Amino acid sequence: MKTDIKSVAGKHLEIAGETQVLVIGAGPAGIAAARKAREGGAEVVLVDENPVPFDAMGESVPQIWGDRMSALVRNRNAMTEAMLDARAELAEMFEIGVDVRLGTACWGLFANQPNMGWMSGLVAGLIDAAEGNRYLKCQQVIVATGQRDMGLAFPGWDAPGVMGAGAAVMLARLYGALESRVAVMIGSTDAALLQALDLVEAGVRIATIVEQADRPMGSDRLVARVREAGISFRLSEAPRGVISGTDGVEGLVLREGTVACDTVLLGVGAVPMVDLMQAAGAQMRFCEDRSGFVPVLDEGMETTLPGLRAAGDCTGIWTTKSAECDIAAAEGRIAAGAALVALGLESGEISESLPQPAPAIVDPGEYRKAWVRVAVVEALEEMPVCQCEEVTAREILEVRPPRYLNIPPKENETRTLREILAEGAPDPDQIKRLTRAGMGPCQGRRCREQVQALLALQEDLSLGAIPLAGYRAPVRPLTLADAAIAEDPQMTANWEPWFGIPPQWAPLWTIGEKYTVASLSTEEEFASE
Amino acid sequence: MSDRASVVVVGAGVTGLSTAFWLSRAGVDVLVLDRNRVGREASGRNGGGCSHHFSPLFPEEQRLWPMMDELLGYPTEFVPHQISISLSRERLHLYRRTVESAAYHGFVMEELDARTVRDLVPLAGDNVLGGYYSHFGGKANPHRTVQAYAWAVGDNGGRVKQDVTVTGFDRAGDRVTAVLTDHGRFDCDHVVIAAGPQTSRLAAMLDVDIPTRAARAEMIVTEPLPLMPHTGVDGNGLYGRQTLRGNLAYGGGPHEWVDTEEVPCGNRPSSPVAISIAQRVAQLLPKAAHARVIRNWAGIVENTPDGRPVLDQPAPWTNLTIGIMSGVGFGLSPASGRALMQLVTQRHCDFADLSTLRLDRFSELEPGWDVLQGWMPARRLAS
Repeated sequence: MKTDIKSVAGKHLEIAGETQVLVIGAGPAGIAAARKAREGGAEVVLVDENPVPFDAMGESVPQIWGDRMSALVRNRNAMTEAMLDARAELAEMFEIGVDVRLGTACWGLFANQPNMGWMSGLVAGLIDAAEGNRYLKCQQVIVATGQRDMGLAFPGWDAPGVMGAGAAVMLARLYGALESRVAVMIGSTDAALLQALDLVEAGVRIATIVEQADRPMGSDRLVARVREAGISFRLSEAPRGVISGTDGVEGLVLREGTVACDTVLLGVGAVPMVDLMQAAGAQMRFCEDRSGFVPVLDEGMETTLPGLRAAGDCTGIWTTKSAECDIAAAEGRIAAGAALVALGLESGEISESLPQPAPAIVDPGEYRKAWVRVAVVEALEEMPVCQCEEVTAREILEVRPPRYLNIPPKENETRTLREILAEGAPDPDQIKRLTRAGMGPCQGRRCREQVQALLALQEDLSLGAIPLAGYRAPVRPLTLADAAIAEDPQMTANWEPWFGIPPQWAPLWTIGEKYTVASLSTEEEFASE
Repeated sequence: MSDRASVVVVGAGVTGLSTAFWLSRAGVDVLVLDRNRVGREASGRNGGGCSHHFSPLFPEEQRLWPMMDELLGYPTEFVPHQISISLSRERLHLYRRTVESAAYHGFVMEELDARTVRDLVPLAGDNVLGGYYSHFGGKANPHRTVQAYAWAVGDNGGRVKQDVTVTGFDRAGDRVTAVLTDHGRFDCDHVVIAAGPQTSRLAAMLDVDIPTRAARAEMIVTEPLPLMPHTGVDGNGLYGRQTLRGNLAYGGGPHEWVDTEEVPCGNRPSSPVAISIAQRVAQLLPKAAHARVIRNWAGIVENTPDGRPVLDQPAPWTNLTIGIMSGVGFGLSPASGRALMQLVTQRHCDFADLSTLRLDRFSELEPGWDVLQGWMPARRLAS
């Protein structure tokens, strides 16, 4: 049979290695998964992008680090040591024969699926300082990428010192590299209160906890513990600005008064980190009780892409799961157990039952909308919501062309979003293409939940009614120079800019009356560009 | 539920929307239907090139682009002219056909030496062998253009309905009388099918055979870089441009034949071809090698057996118009839409000879032509 030599048919990827199980993320879920898979006899590679390179941290990848990293983060070895100290189980991973790679980012996963038959199985794109960029072929992949913080815009939120609450805990606990003495926490759910207490233990003074509602959102028990620790609440409040000095934040301006602090912690919501899986093509759904969009999983934690599994916070975040590592670890074991069965290394039933979320005390959808209402909507054009592309909430809601075009606004402000975009729920991908909100190097990690909430508020919809803006590989930025991987010579030899269909490029005066496949043989060489 | 419009256009891609734009501008009551969103498929995911010298619509494409912002009332980010860089003798040689083809229509491609290329393209490097400056063509922003058409349709009194799936057609004799959808029926005097990879399937509901197969093509985008004096720069086996925001957006390389309806409206995943594209961008513009790739994406494109469009009114129907662009739809859209508008309103195009774009050129096409050309989806071959 004839092969279209200009197509992917017959072209292979230059694979650097193969493994039976790849685990992405060495947190509680990833470690439990790697251990279980290894003990079950599988060959296991465990990668973690931490310690994240210093310049990536400066770009808020993958967390909102807020420039509150100490000089330690420039020292790769010291960071790795800090990580190994913080996660004693990692040493054990080495001992049981797991191939552990720290500082290795997975920027893309590729799976055979409709519209992509080229991949013979699962392939992961990995990059690190030691071995550069490469492909790893995997029989099973367990994604345990954890969570990241929702961004919340208010005037001055782009100043150094405004950072994710979870990012602060990571810097303090994982790296021992948080440079903050006095912080204000924004948000008072159980998760935020736990983070505040954790940071107090790490030596940070929490000046106050700001809540837009008229009461703390957390459980009575945790609120009492926070109060015992001497932390006050500022209720029915919202951030209105920051006092900024040479080192960034020196104070947070509220509706009434100012609080002195060097750090503002965004604790309004933790979001499952689903970027890799969604970019790979796994199906997502919005779950209020799992804190956002999460992968659709079966009882073996398998996504809709065969062999691609997930465990831990990237499959859903809820209070008891955040409080106890056991739940994430159980998910990791279940995913690894199912992977072992799929590999034929184990037979039989999955022995553990899948932990299920308790109904959320605070509806994260309504809570996020409430924060966006008081912080963002009340300062519509004062600050960018999308920091990379400098797009304000007003520009998003009025679907204005980006500033670089210098176009005066049309009558858009008198139309509703729905009229502007035609029918159906507003789609963040459409907003992204037209306003550029979410199109920058951080890939919308800082703004996408805010855009979702803004659109929901504007159209009076639930948060889950707004579709997820698409993630695309590479989900971690790669430079053009670093991206290069050796290429199949067949690909090089047959490379065409476009489809390489000879008559498409034939001069008009040579076109015959009828086209047949047989007529192709008379074509001369051409450049399809 | 039922509704009516004088003309129903199926497909809110760039071709369907341009047709609707020209129709609505002529005062025709037009309704555009799409099962998804405006420009969600290949119309919003392409290199933005506006130069198709091999098409009978080329002169009209060149005439219209410089006035599209004004005609539509919204920005398309069209930037005229382009530079093609050659890094090898082989490529330089292959460009000659383009030079001849442009000259046939009276357009000039000026040969550039390596130093001039480097002067005009600050991100280019020492590996430049030469190039061409096209005193025609240009590049536009696909997202913005496709939405501009849609908004202009609305401004002219036409309608665009998203998330409406066409399920069939009603017919009476040699006329299509209504478009049936999951949101009710739409009575009409004329139907235009301009639905990209869906066109063959939809036309088959009216017993019209349009041979096409779909394939995936991919692009990458970098973070913004300072604007070059000329943003329409390509070569080294790539098509693309620097966007007016400063990003480098380039595509190229092997495509994959796919069964795109295996999952209707399914994912458009991108593949590791992105890495090979990145490598070639770094060769084309070595001084941009430090720029980070922040995204890649894939689009599904329909191709006819000879890769040329079909703009036609197939028998036996007297009120059915087909517009299928076979992977060259974006740039030609101002002209193709105007040609389709004329086919609808006057049954012939008065500014271009569309005889090479007729459907009956495939009447002697061999059965199993897709297998003969090797256009078989990899997944189907594997299973």
